[in-house]
Amino acid sequence: MSITEDEARKVAHLARIAVDDADLPALAQELNGILHFMEQLNEVDVEGVEPMTGVEPMRLKRREDIVTDGEMQDLILKNAPDAREGFFAVPKVVE
Amino acid sequence: MSDLNKLTIAGARDALAKGEVSAVELTEACIGAIDASGALNAFVHDTPDLARDMAKAADARIKAGDAAPLTGIPVGVKDLFCVKGVPSQSASRILEGFLPQYESTVTRNLWDQGAVMLGKLNQDEFGMGSSTENSVYGATVNPWKLEDGVSRTAGGSSGGSAAAVAADLCLAATATDTGGSIRQPAAFTGTVGLRPTYGRVSRWGVIAYASSLDQAGPITKTVRDAAIMLGAMASVDPKDSTSADRPVPDYEAALTGDIRGKKIGIPREYRIEGLSDEIDGLWSRTAEMLKDAGAEIVDISLPHAKYALPAYYVIAPAEASSNLARYDGVRYGRRAKLGQGDGVVEMYEKTRAEGFGREVQRRVMIGTYVLSAGFYDAYYNRARKVRALIKRDFDQAYAGGIDAILAPTTPSAAFGLGTANKGDPVEMYLNDVFTVTLNLAGLPGISVPVGLDKQGLPLGMQLIGRPWDEAGLLNLAQALETAAGFTAKPAHWW
Repeated sequence: MSITEDEARKVAHLARIAVDDADLPALAQELNGILHFMEQLNEVDVEGVEPMTGVEPMRLKRREDIVTDGEMQDLILKNAPDAREGFFAVPKVVE
Repeated sequence: MSDLNKLTIAGARDALAKGEVSAVELTEACIGAIDASGALNAFVHDTPDLARDMAKAADARIKAGDAAPLTGIPVGVKDLFCVKGVPSQSASRILEGFLPQYESTVTRNLWDQGAVMLGKLNQDEFGMGSSTENSVYGATVNPWKLEDGVSRTAGGSSGGSAAAVAADLCLAATATDTGGSIRQPAAFTGTVGLRPTYGRVSRWGVIAYASSLDQAGPITKTVRDAAIMLGAMASVDPKDSTSADRPVPDYEAALTGDIRGKKIGIPREYRIEGLSDEIDGLWSRTAEMLKDAGAEIVDISLPHAKYALPAYYVIAPAEASSNLARYDGVRYGRRAKLGQGDGVVEMYEKTRAEGFGREVQRRVMIGTYVLSAGFYDAYYNRARKVRALIKRDFDQAYAGGIDAILAPTTPSAAFGLGTANKGDPVEMYLNDVFTVTLNLAGLPGISVPVGLDKQGLPLGMQLIGRPWDEAGLLNLAQALETAAGFTAKPAHWW
């Protein structure tokens, strides 16, 4: 498999990273180099092997369904680049 | 006492207990050393006022007879640990100005013991790198400089932590290891680096790279200090759902020095093509040292070892692309300046383009690609299956009665800054070839300095332990440390 310029543009958009059109050929080439390296994995017989999800075969911890934290709106907004009237502010989302 | 910053944790603790030195004196010595270490670029956010306050409190605690093992010990903290009110940006431009409003569990544990916070340490951005060159703060320089005058890497991603400990700017430092980021910098700087079993140390408040691989641990001057630091950093934490419900043993008490009858495996697949005679020779000599101390050396096989690196470079970027989706210019950190008519999508794209460095962008895009529709099975699921096989290799080796595995930490000594970061990113990835298998299997590992190469640069050997047996691993590591007798320090040039 190899990535074309068009696919590189699509990946950049999916990742929400702006890339200039002029930089797409180099990006596609770089990504192809890395993907080529990963293709060694095709040599391995993985028939019947379950994909590993975690290191320890442990059940996700459960806790009581009660509120343990909260009431800290000011702390949560403190690092926001733009916070107004208790909300995160962003540019227009809908036309 | 002079040169208090050169003490080990164990040495300082004993001197503090006897009243021969105060935490304030110890802290001032470190602050002085940090102030004179600009050329190393290891400390990137200094907190001297905080350190002085904490040192005073520690002295009061010692006087009251209420000291814990780390009370009054000045430490450095890798940038990616959130410390309340102290810049914590994982060496990324995108977190410029971010001041955590909460404390990571690891640093909370350290401060609860009375450790003293000296400041934040340099690293590769979000832990992605093997040279601490991918940093918004600029590269860290290895304190080990030869007569050739070349500036070498301190390794990465925890290069700041390793350089700071090697240069005696602090007594010990926290670090994290996703693919080798504790052990490789330790090997490059002549320090000890311990990556615990996945789940031993809480990830709460540690800025994430790849959550199924990330694990915090210490970089220290000695194996004993690593035991003391791990005991303080580790805890069972309800805030981290992967934190294991296992009591934290007394690691220092496990350092008996007796390793008779222990079985050490030498994985034949690690004898990779192109391994230098020097590293190979050192490997054999350290095996002999362990044998002389009473251990038994056995040949073992980890048949899928060569696939660890490509599997890692699928899984880690996949997890990173998901973890780093949170940097959107909305909730914290940097937001790009927007043009007339720019909407929310342009805000995301511009913010992430100017906030993330090149390597981070590359890995986020690779991760996005391997998780995207049509490629998920071919890349991501296949890599996870290979990961299961890699773990099975280790399970089988340990089921065969092995106590630990011995292997080089790195394929070479520290390389020059700027030499490995050009052109092919895959070349840089090869640095992780010996370290990354253990992360995929979730195992503990420790790098111990064992000698100098013919140029005079430090080399480390790595011991890989059974899951949850950091105590046994540390005991073996100390036996190796004693036998190797590595005492060299870098000449002071900075």
